[in-house]
Amino acid sequence: MPQYTLNVNRKDHVVDVAADTPLLWVLRETLGLTGTKYGCGMAQCGACTVHLDGRAIRSCVTPVSMAVGKQVTTIEGLAETHLGKTVQGAWQEVDVPQCGYCQSGQIMAATALLKENPSPSEAQIAAAMEGILCRCGTYNRIRSAIQTAAEDLKGGAK
Amino acid sequence: MKQAKMTPSTTAVPSRRKFLKDSVALMGGLVIGFYLPMKSGRALAEAGLEPPKPQVYPPNAFIRIAADDTITVVVNKSEMGQGVYTSLPMLVAEELEADWNRIRVESAPVAQVYNHTTFGMQITGGSSSIPSSWEQLRRVGASARILLIRAAAAQWGVPEAECHAENSRVIHAASGRSVGFGAVADAAAKLELPKEVTLKSPKDFKLIGKPIKRLDTPEKITGRAQFGLDVYIPDMLTVLVARSPVFGGKVKRFDATEAKKVPGVQGVYQVPTGVAVAATGFWPAKTARELLEIEWEEGPGASISTAKMREDYRALAKTPGLTARKEGDAAAALKGAQKVISAEYEVPYLAHAAMEPLNVVVDLKADACTIWTGTQSQTLDHAMAAKTAGLKPEQVKIHTTYLGGGFGRRANPVSDFVIEAVQVAKVIGKPMKLVWTREDDTRGGHYRPMWADHIEAAIGADGKPTAWKHTIVGQSIAAGTPFEPFMIKDGIDAMSVEGAAHLPYRIPNLEVGLHSPKNQVPVQWWRSVGHSHTAFVVETMMDELAHLAGQDPVQYRLSLLEPSSRYAGVLKLAAEKAGWGKTVLPAGHAYGVAVHLSFDSYVAEVAEVSVDNGKVRVHKVVCAVDCGMVVNPDGVRQQVEGGVVYGLAAALHGEITLEQGRVMQSNFHDYIALRFSEMPKVEVHILPSEAPPTGIGEPGTPPIAPAVANAVFKLTGKRLRSMPFDRITLA
Repeated sequence: MPQYTLNVNRKDHVVDVAADTPLLWVLRETLGLTGTKYGCGMAQCGACTVHLDGRAIRSCVTPVSMAVGKQVTTIEGLAETHLGKTVQGAWQEVDVPQCGYCQSGQIMAATALLKENPSPSEAQIAAAMEGILCRCGTYNRIRSAIQTAAEDLKGGAK
Repeated sequence: MKQAKMTPSTTAVPSRRKFLKDSVALMGGLVIGFYLPMKSGRALAEAGLEPPKPQVYPPNAFIRIAADDTITVVVNKSEMGQGVYTSLPMLVAEELEADWNRIRVESAPVAQVYNHTTFGMQITGGSSSIPSSWEQLRRVGASARILLIRAAAAQWGVPEAECHAENSRVIHAASGRSVGFGAVADAAAKLELPKEVTLKSPKDFKLIGKPIKRLDTPEKITGRAQFGLDVYIPDMLTVLVARSPVFGGKVKRFDATEAKKVPGVQGVYQVPTGVAVAATGFWPAKTARELLEIEWEEGPGASISTAKMREDYRALAKTPGLTARKEGDAAAALKGAQKVISAEYEVPYLAHAAMEPLNVVVDLKADACTIWTGTQSQTLDHAMAAKTAGLKPEQVKIHTTYLGGGFGRRANPVSDFVIEAVQVAKVIGKPMKLVWTREDDTRGGHYRPMWADHIEAAIGADGKPTAWKHTIVGQSIAAGTPFEPFMIKDGIDAMSVEGAAHLPYRIPNLEVGLHSPKNQVPVQWWRSVGHSHTAFVVETMMDELAHLAGQDPVQYRLSLLEPSSRYAGVLKLAAEKAGWGKTVLPAGHAYGVAVHLSFDSYVAEVAEVSVDNGKVRVHKVVCAVDCGMVVNPDGVRQQVEGGVVYGLAAALHGEITLEQGRVMQSNFHDYIALRFSEMPKVEVHILPSEAPPTGIGEPGTPPIAPAVANAVFKLTGKRLRSMPFDRITLA
């Protein structure tokens, strides 16, 4: 099987997997980063959302080969940036999660949104978060947490 | 394969005495056991299973206090999002006078002491975690507090009555002395449990009733929370099973030549539920499964068509069924009535579609079986696993992980996913994780039953109902499961008629009948169970009667309810908070209302709805809730918000259909969940109450579908009598 060098959360890893293996399973099974979740396997639910060079992508349909030469960030590495830490802090303040299974994907999508657009409107939040499903009903708290994070970023941006 | 995470296994301890001794020696801790009279394994015995033997199980322990004052609460309910890892420790901490910031949570192993106080088995469901733990866990906390005070008082040589506990310390105010719980835990552990405890008066509550942040949030926002799918054990294989496309089908023959060529595949095996592919990871297992060639013996399930069932059910609903309720003479009253409405309703099968697909990790040895899974039903799963493995109950351990959603699916009455995993582990002979793909999860059955209803109702000259004849058709959930003896009486499954057989409205002639046809599609409880369809049927019909009577839907209902009832209380509160009849809504918007009792809690919901290009949009839902005393108001709000969303997804989009026995949906592209842009604003108003707490996980779900349907009628003049609404042409 081919070898790939992946940069995940600012560390290089050499992995030995089939070329068509989705990044999701390399993260979870080869690298042990289980914070990124499997929900549908076809980019329908967004539980697998990670950042590729800062942009939110669905790792369940991204072949490992596409991540080579790029920076992969997962929920485990998110707190390394001020933005990521701020978003997680807002999630904590609003107490968003219920079952929690979708929350890694929600947080990764929200962080990518705020990176592009530090003060999104309600409609922009809805558009960015539309692809990440939650069955417990945390959407309103997610919106509130994104707005809280946006406020926090305005205040203490570094 | 590299190892991701290991779940440390707990050490089996043969007796409570030894555990106490060990825990003192190893951790310097206090362990409080607590017993209540149990119905003890009746359901197991009925199922032909051996009830568990308590003497060979780990101890009955809910609290451990470490020397550093950290307090671990062992929680005997599964955390599936409903917040029990916060609300149940609150009950303990309140009476213990614990420092909330030093509370930790651990999931309970399987043991009789952790049985549900009324269900007699370890299970999480029926919106019952708080009501069933309310007395129990406060007593546990109070007992521990008494022992800690007793131990400290003895050390100081002062009367116990002069000491009190506060913030995880015992204090002797007269002398100004105080000591942390951790320092006296050893001594307290050696004392006899107090025979009597007095619980706090609610006015003295420090935690209960306050909005407390969830203890599991930090883990869930950092990716650290471990769900079943996140468990990796040494040398573990990942297994996918190719199951029959038709319920009840069997493998006739299969060819795995191509599948076995996939790198990473370790073996392909016939198992009772199909063909299992074992591989070094998910991807090779899935790749290989797609290459299997399997011929199935489909059996009678191959003829199932939900379109045909719908016709059969509708016809059946017009014939008399078994009588679930009879007051007066509905048939006679209908004959003589001037104003009569006759309506037919139908609701589809629904999948639970929790975000985490089903999965089970099994480490099966000759003399031991260890299971990691997100289950809601430990006692039954444990017994079934032991029976399947051919092991003694004490040789089987279950570690309950976080559940990535449950909604009832993970309390399977016949332990489907656990039994299958153990069967597969027996064949494979290696540690393994059985993973269900989303498609497997959607097509795997155990659905909310499909139901059809027929109602004939009449009103008198004053507009008040004079007769109500309701016939329900749908599969019994309890039939053929260990729950049958408790839930089916005289042929009536209580879950099929709940919410319909006992109406709160004054109707002199009332008749409710039931047909329970059988087929191969496995059915199961789904958030709010029978109420998920009866509230829809009853509350939309009440709206029709109000319209027929020319009366306001809220006033009409109130005129038929006891004025002092809790029904009336929530209905009035929801109407008031929504500004029913007062708020000027945007053009094209309307309110609809519904009120329903389920799991002993009363919920009224007012939905603000519009219909845009034939599409139903729900803008806002105002909820009023009476669930007795509230432990964590923020938790109640979360559960009601969640209940509304779950019910709304089903009302608007949810539908499982079958053709030629095959489930037509497979993933979130065709089994539609509610997405962000469809999420209404949800307001939750809690009615103050001094009654004991009642359920809250499910009661938010039933009223939303009828509230929305009633608003759509106001907007369009069209009655929605089937779900999902997006199948109904409104444009």
